[in-house]
Amino acid sequence: MRPILMKGHERPLTFLKYNREGDLLLSCAKDHTPTVWFADDGQRLGTYRGHNGAVWCCDVSHDSTRLVTGSADQSVKLWDVQTGTQLYSFNFNSPARSVDFSVGDKLVVITTDPFMGNPSTIQVKRIAEDPADQTSDSVLTIKGPQGRINRAVWGPLNKTIISAGEDSIIRIWDSETGQLLKESDKESGHQKTISSLCMFTDKSHFLTGSADKSAKLWDTRSLTLLKTYQMDRPVNAVAISPLLDHVVIGGGQEAVNVTMTDRRAGKFEAKFYHKILQDEIGGVKGHFGPINALAFNPDGRSFSSGGEDGYVRLHHFDPDYFSIRM
Amino acid sequence: MAAVESARPQAAKLRWGELEEDDAGDLDFLLPPRVVEGPDENGIKKTTEYRFDEDGNKVKVTTTTRVRKLGKARVSKKAKERRNWAKFGDAVHEDVGSRLTMVSTEEILLERPRAPGTKEEPSVSEGLGPIQPGAVLMVCRTCGKKGDHWTSKCPYKDLAQPPETFVERPSTADAASAAPGGAGRSAYVPPSMRGGGERTGTEMSRRRNDENSVRVTNLSEDTREPDLLELFRTFGPVSRVYVAIDQKTGMSRGFGFVNFVHREDAERAINKLNGYGYDNLILRVEWATPRPN
Repeated sequence: MRPILMKGHERPLTFLKYNREGDLLLSCAKDHTPTVWFADDGQRLGTYRGHNGAVWCCDVSHDSTRLVTGSADQSVKLWDVQTGTQLYSFNFNSPARSVDFSVGDKLVVITTDPFMGNPSTIQVKRIAEDPADQTSDSVLTIKGPQGRINRAVWGPLNKTIISAGEDSIIRIWDSETGQLLKESDKESGHQKTISSLCMFTDKSHFLTGSADKSAKLWDTRSLTLLKTYQMDRPVNAVAISPLLDHVVIGGGQEAVNVTMTDRRAGKFEAKFYHKILQDEIGGVKGHFGPINALAFNPDGRSFSSGGEDGYVRLHHFDPDYFSIRM
Repeated sequence: MAAVESARPQAAKLRWGELEEDDAGDLDFLLPPRVVEGPDENGIKKTTEYRFDEDGNKVKVTTTTRVRKLGKARVSKKAKERRNWAKFGDAVHEDVGSRLTMVSTEEILLERPRAPGTKEEPSVSEGLGPIQPGAVLMVCRTCGKKGDHWTSKCPYKDLAQPPETFVERPSTADAASAAPGGAGRSAYVPPSMRGGGERTGTEMSRRRNDENSVRVTNLSEDTREPDLLELFRTFGPVSRVYVAIDQKTGMSRGFGFVNFVHREDAERAINKLNGYGYDNLILRVEWATPRPN
């Protein structure tokens, strides 16, 4: 493969997201400016200016007209994807960490960090059709988990919200009442902070990555642990292929090894595992720093990775990727 | 002369075919128009344009690009429209020459992990002794095949003969040892001139040492000098070993040098160890200087 290198961000990448049709790629980084790129050749289309802090997460609506971004500047902003204009800003008392549009894009679930005495929260806001009618009211607020909630996403049919965070427990909440429905098992679950979560396209299962050097695949309805993928480094980002039975996991580096690694060498790799057999398929090297974000194109024919080095690497798979046999 | 001429506007000599739309103030209408030679069968597109540089000289700029089709994509109508969206935000003033997006010069592969069944060579710490026949890949330097024959037995011997001649050495060696021998037992013979244990004079060998230097590449990360010494000493006395270490990380940079005392030993080492599997990497062993004659 000849990856396309996109150096639009000055600071480490935090999140990558493709739009539904797979022609746009949105990147968020610590440099306050989410950027949109064309997903085929990596040309930059535009940037969204307005945030004052690191942008942790973003999501794009089904029709690719609305973008929502969550930032450390304690706001979640709603943007027009095409022009880059800011439509609305939700303000909070603490940094916003994760955002996710519901199916139908009428609601968005936001998590905020524990900050200055405020506990971490999961909030649901309604998104109005017309930005002029937009209000700040929360439809639902959930408090409870200790520690930072790194990711919260909608479950199937918007009936549930799934959250995962620093306390390494995955929780499923009722999206209307806010009641806790399920918690992941402590022994078989992750042992350290869960850094990332990726839903499969039909939301029947999802993948979580944790600093305990493993990624785990869970069933959405019953929250049973299905598979575990072992890595040799703390996991920062995970993604499930929409096309083949593959998952890709990107990791960081143990703190002890930081001074001993030759960062120039481009040795950080995104590891591919077979989703069902749990075996390692291979690795794609190239990043000069830990990988913080991974995303598959919805057509499954390309994927991109974002690293601590500020680069987004867009890979279009070679034809022989599709005929890999285990 | 031509440069001066073109700096003066010559309204009378204007040809309407050379006029460009909005260049009122500057002299661009005097320049030939841009020519684009479309993508040919190799996808090469050449754009020839002209402009004036700072000194008023007419400059011809030829840009050669390769247009490569990455693959067919089925695009929805909306996606096609999005392709034509105007740039916004920081991308507004982006010129084509900006280096934000670049195709990697390196080919990156999805590297499969080593299957458990592949050959794992015994590590040097076990001691080499005589090299087991099964553990060595016979490499022929002429046809480059790690096959079934050594260089001297190559069926394609006539192709590229590495001229390894040792004709001069034996003769000078003989001369060197003959002289002290012939001088008789009674005369004092300095150590360098003694026949004795060494086949060549020490002077000779010191000079020859750097020509007996063997470069070893594709070393594993934790290979060090003692490892190379262990590996190569079975071929003969080694005068010096060196492994390049990256000061920052402390790991081997993958190559090193071994200086043999005797040239034949170096040659045998190259023959035997080139292609040898060592610590799960296949070694490349060759002369350090470009094939000395």
